[in-house]
Amino acid sequence: MIPDKFSKNPILILTVFAIVAFFGMCFSVMKGSVEIPFNEIFSAIFGSSESIHGQILNNIRLPRTIVAALVGINLSLSGTILQAVMKNPLADPHIIGISSGAGLAGISVMLLFPESAWAITPVAFLGAMAAALLIYILAWKNGIRPIRIILAGVAVSAFLGAGISSLMILNSDKVHGALMWMVGGLSARSWPHVEIILPYTIIGMILAFIGAKYLNVLMLGDETAKSLGLNVEAVRLIFTALAALLAASAVSVVGLLGFVGLIVPHATRLIIGTDHRYLLPGAALAGIATVTVSDTFARIAFSPVELPVGIVMAAAGAPFFLFLLRKEL
Amino acid sequence: MKIEVKNLSVNIAGKKILSNVNPVFPEGKSIAIIGPNGAGKSTLLSVLANLRSEYEGEVLADGENIRKINRKKLARRLAILPQTMQIPPDITVERLIDYGRFPYRGLFSAGDPKKDREAVERAIKIVNLEKFKDRRVNSLSGGERQRARIAMALAREPEVMLFDEPTTYLDIAFQIEVMQIIRMINEKFGMTVITVLHDINHAVQYSDEVIVVKDAKTFQGAPKDTINSEMLEKIFGVRAEIFTNEKGVSILSPVSTIKNQSS
Repeated sequence: MIPDKFSKNPILILTVFAIVAFFGMCFSVMKGSVEIPFNEIFSAIFGSSESIHGQILNNIRLPRTIVAALVGINLSLSGTILQAVMKNPLADPHIIGISSGAGLAGISVMLLFPESAWAITPVAFLGAMAAALLIYILAWKNGIRPIRIILAGVAVSAFLGAGISSLMILNSDKVHGALMWMVGGLSARSWPHVEIILPYTIIGMILAFIGAKYLNVLMLGDETAKSLGLNVEAVRLIFTALAALLAASAVSVVGLLGFVGLIVPHATRLIIGTDHRYLLPGAALAGIATVTVSDTFARIAFSPVELPVGIVMAAAGAPFFLFLLRKEL
Repeated sequence: MKIEVKNLSVNIAGKKILSNVNPVFPEGKSIAIIGPNGAGKSTLLSVLANLRSEYEGEVLADGENIRKINRKKLARRLAILPQTMQIPPDITVERLIDYGRFPYRGLFSAGDPKKDREAVERAIKIVNLEKFKDRRVNSLSGGERQRARIAMALAREPEVMLFDEPTTYLDIAFQIEVMQIIRMINEKFGMTVITVLHDINHAVQYSDEVIVVKDAKTFQGAPKDTINSEMLEKIFGVRAEIFTNEKGVSILSPVSTIKNQSS
């Protein structure tokens, strides 16, 4: 058990997290069909990129690793925020259907208006937000109960999933990209994808870190938070929107990558505690490490065949979900 | 701060909980709100604390409608201790109490850290939890936990404190301890204290004024004028004997319930 006066030093823990995240990224950059030694990483990035290693690194490995890191940040922050706002240990953009909302909206653009690729993220955000609100409304009955959010999320997910499947069957000629997208994968993700997701990551991080103290107060219960002068409804709405935006931007780049937003916040909370001022940055760093390392495994495990990272995350995440279900509900 | 309630009516799910009541809350006094279960005591308190917005009539704080006062500004002057509070497992006593300073902090500013620290330390001292300040709240006994929660409200340095059944779930020794702290807050710091109480004996012993809520109406008076056997029969449906101890405090001892109540 955690001792009473747990002499946790959150700054120290965050430093360790940052180092782990850094090495996770290095690992991801080094491993693959061509091994790049650690000491060549930086000379290839900052020096001339004429060598083969430099080419592979700058054109393939590095952008993919950065996309993985940004997706890890976004999904982890989204999950951490949702768990606080919905007071639900099992809240995760994937499980409660926000990702499906983003997915249906995004895939509609992808298949029906393939020339408007720029619209995928904003439309996916609207889809995510609509799904979040729908789940919230469906789960509301004299207040919000965790189990109802999960069940409403499952129902909404199934419903939206039907929409996604119909679209794919009706557009079966263009389906290959969409199929990979359903599982969540980082294959062939490159600099343009970094550009799509990066602004949302930056906005998300800034707002999340500013808002950490509001999430802390929200944890004390609605009544207490209100009596302390917090506008509970507004805070909840703003943060739900932020979580939807973060999830949607991740989904629009890598597809329906599940469980990151569930596992990472929980594991981080066990180590850092519930103070969101440290929990949010910790989850962001842990998210970087989790997705970059998982993606590297997905790439090299059955080399030369590459698995989508979503499969690795699901294989690790589903048992973890069951563990939480037994422990907390 | 002077609190006035004017023509307050509250309906919940079509049921009249309070109907056009005008309770008076004398400044600087300890005021108890009593009444049978479900009579609307906690509802009245939640209206005073601005936790409930669906009501008719108005609540004035120093003449200003509380709906129009900035939430955080009101939170600095008026604190409520809700009946339940969710406390994350790793929160220490000191950190919980520090949350009481939230109304003094802005979106970007950290407020005045020195003042915050002083207020937190004072609050810890008042409830006598100095030794426990680094302990996790969830590892404390029920009474100590309740004291920590009171200290969190005290850290706001309010002028008015509201307590919603502060002794529920507590053993008798802790009940007395908590009631004495509430009395001390009132007497020593001159705060107006408004407490919803379950135990009528507590109301007799620790309050200057009693507000009785029954059938959506309220009436009030000094404890010795309001709490008598006739009231107990009519409002609570019990027959009770009332003794007076050597300090002149009345003590009631319920004897039996009265069947076939009118309500």
